[in-house]
Amino acid sequence: MKQFTAIVRARTMEFVRDRGTFFWNLIFPVVLVVGFSFAFGSGKDALFKVGVMGDAAEGTFLSIEAVETIDYSNQELDGLLDKLRRHQIDMLIDFNSSSYYLNTEAASAEVLRTMSGADLGQFTEQKVEGEAIRYVDWLVPGVIGMNMLFSCMFGVGFVIVRYRKNGVLKRMKATPVTPLTFITAQMASRFLIVLATSVAVYAGTNLFLNFMVNGSYLLLLLITMLAILCMISFGLIFAARIKSEELASGLMNLLTFPMIIFSGVFFSLEGTPEIMQQVSRIFPLTHFIEGARGIMIDGAGLVEILPNLTVLGGMTVLFLGIAAFLFRWE
Amino acid sequence: MRIEHLKKSYGAVQAVNDLSFSIEEGSCFGLLGPNGAGKTTTIEIMEGIQEADSGTVYFKEKPIDRDFKKKVGIQFQSTALPEFITVKETLELFRALYPDPRDMDEVIDICSLQDILDRDNRKLSGGQRQRMLLGLAIIPRPEMVFLDEPTTGLDPQARRNFWKLIEKIKKEKTSVLLTTHYMEEAEILCDQIAIMDHGKLLEIDTPSQLLENHFDGALVTVPHTGRTDLGIKGAVYTETHLEVSTDNLDLTMNELLNSRLNLEGLSIKKPNLDDLFLKLTGSSLRA
Ligand SMILES: Nc1ncnc2c1ncn2[C@@H]1O[C@H](COP(=O)(O)OP(=O)(O)O)[C@@H](O)[C@H]1O
Ligand SMILES: [Mg+2]
Repeated sequence: MKQFTAIVRARTMEFVRDRGTFFWNLIFPVVLVVGFSFAFGSGKDALFKVGVMGDAAEGTFLSIEAVETIDYSNQELDGLLDKLRRHQIDMLIDFNSSSYYLNTEAASAEVLRTMSGADLGQFTEQKVEGEAIRYVDWLVPGVIGMNMLFSCMFGVGFVIVRYRKNGVLKRMKATPVTPLTFITAQMASRFLIVLATSVAVYAGTNLFLNFMVNGSYLLLLLITMLAILCMISFGLIFAARIKSEELASGLMNLLTFPMIIFSGVFFSLEGTPEIMQQVSRIFPLTHFIEGARGIMIDGAGLVEILPNLTVLGGMTVLFLGIAAFLFRWE
Repeated sequence: MRIEHLKKSYGAVQAVNDLSFSIEEGSCFGLLGPNGAGKTTTIEIMEGIQEADSGTVYFKEKPIDRDFKKKVGIQFQSTALPEFITVKETLELFRALYPDPRDMDEVIDICSLQDILDRDNRKLSGGQRQRMLLGLAIIPRPEMVFLDEPTTGLDPQARRNFWKLIEKIKKEKTSVLLTTHYMEEAEILCDQIAIMDHGKLLEIDTPSQLLENHFDGALVTVPHTGRTDLGIKGAVYTETHLEVSTDNLDLTMNELLNSRLNLEGLSIKKPNLDDLFLKLTGSSLRA
């Protein structure tokens, strides 16, 4: 235990004192989130988006230029109401049951009620409620997840390869420290660092962006911790044997970039080819982002994100097993 | 400590080839040899860092095991230290790794680390760094210390300072295995010297006995200017010089005068270990 805490301490000090890496880990994600919130925050189109189920009558307000109609005839009502709740559409009209839906928290609701008054006089009005999700609300789990991935992969994978190359591992091998103690201490240090930076980045950006969180913070913390553990274990696989820093960082870059693109950090995978969505399931990042977005935006509870948690947990065990099997001091 | 029939090869290179010797408890043993002789490989097998292909390493008559690491101090030929932490923090880190570490003050005192305690590991000079690495090596209160070329690359003064530290460790009755490039160092510090090349042991003895066995009286050296057939008794011709190790200086000098060789550049000296090394391995130690 004395060995363990001493190594955790030394490794953590190394990180904190390495100013460059330290600030990069903190500042980069903050800049990214804030930058995106400015870039995509304000430009809402002037159009009213109206979802339509069933056959719309001709010559109604729907033919006005400012109204964009989208045909949702073949879709489930529940999903469409969610879209309405999140302000992705402004109104939903069901011609089959002669009813229409408005979001009472949307500024457009009043205007649309007036505009449609003449055409939909006989229809029953139903109301839903829901705040608008901004792009940043959706983006922030992605950016924090991406930052976690980088920090775990390079902070464990790359650093241990460097230790192996420059002889720090060999020096450790000459002491009574076991590989298990050394590696778990490295993991623990990185875990604390990544958790602290993730919380700091979230709290820092939350101060002026005030994210939507519909679910439980505790659950959010749980999935974050599990994801960090999973990504560190993934990084360990690279740390197990490789001797060349170039090879290690090349391989890690080769893998992190597809992960970032296909895990839906910046853009939703909805509407992408099925095969791509399937492939993205094998990345831990996908499961973290999906789970975290579920909690924050949809208010998902433990049951809803259990599949994500299970996959992350399973992958952690798998990665640790592979890493332990492959590990050599030299 | 004793090794028996150690062998180790890297592919086609036989780095250690059937090496056996023993080190008396409490003594300082010098392992000498030109670059690539197999010193580092030998010492690392003895430390338990590398595995031999065959042969056994004994410590106190028992083959070394896991616990051996708790009893030895090791200074590698080249080691990186954890970055961004100070000398003191590094010592603290290593103290936490051993069951019964030496007191901090004692380590600082033995290795004269007072002045550099708060310095970042990366900002140490060569000599300071070696002192600090020696500090790490003595933390476990080792019964045996391995030092692989600890003074290579140090300036003469730093080297002499380092010798003083090794003397202090020797006084504690700790056994020391030292590899070095400097004969003078081996002569001053070591009770026994082994000279090896191509993975094999060439000679093993005390420094004075080694000289006595191989050299008679004086060593005469003179440039031969291309003449390599002068009929002088006991002469050895190197590329540029003629060397005679003689116990009859009068006779040798007479022979040289009679040979009408230009004697400018002639030197007569008492042979030292450098000369012995050259004679045994055919290469200069510092090459
Ligand atoms: N890891 C290695 N892989 C391949 N060859 C090696 C390795 N380590 C040492 N050698 C070779 O083994 C021989 C002995 O090396 P070494 O023990 O380092 O000698 P020394 O320490 O006396 O300079 C050299 O020929 C060297 O090139
Ligand atoms: Mg060597």
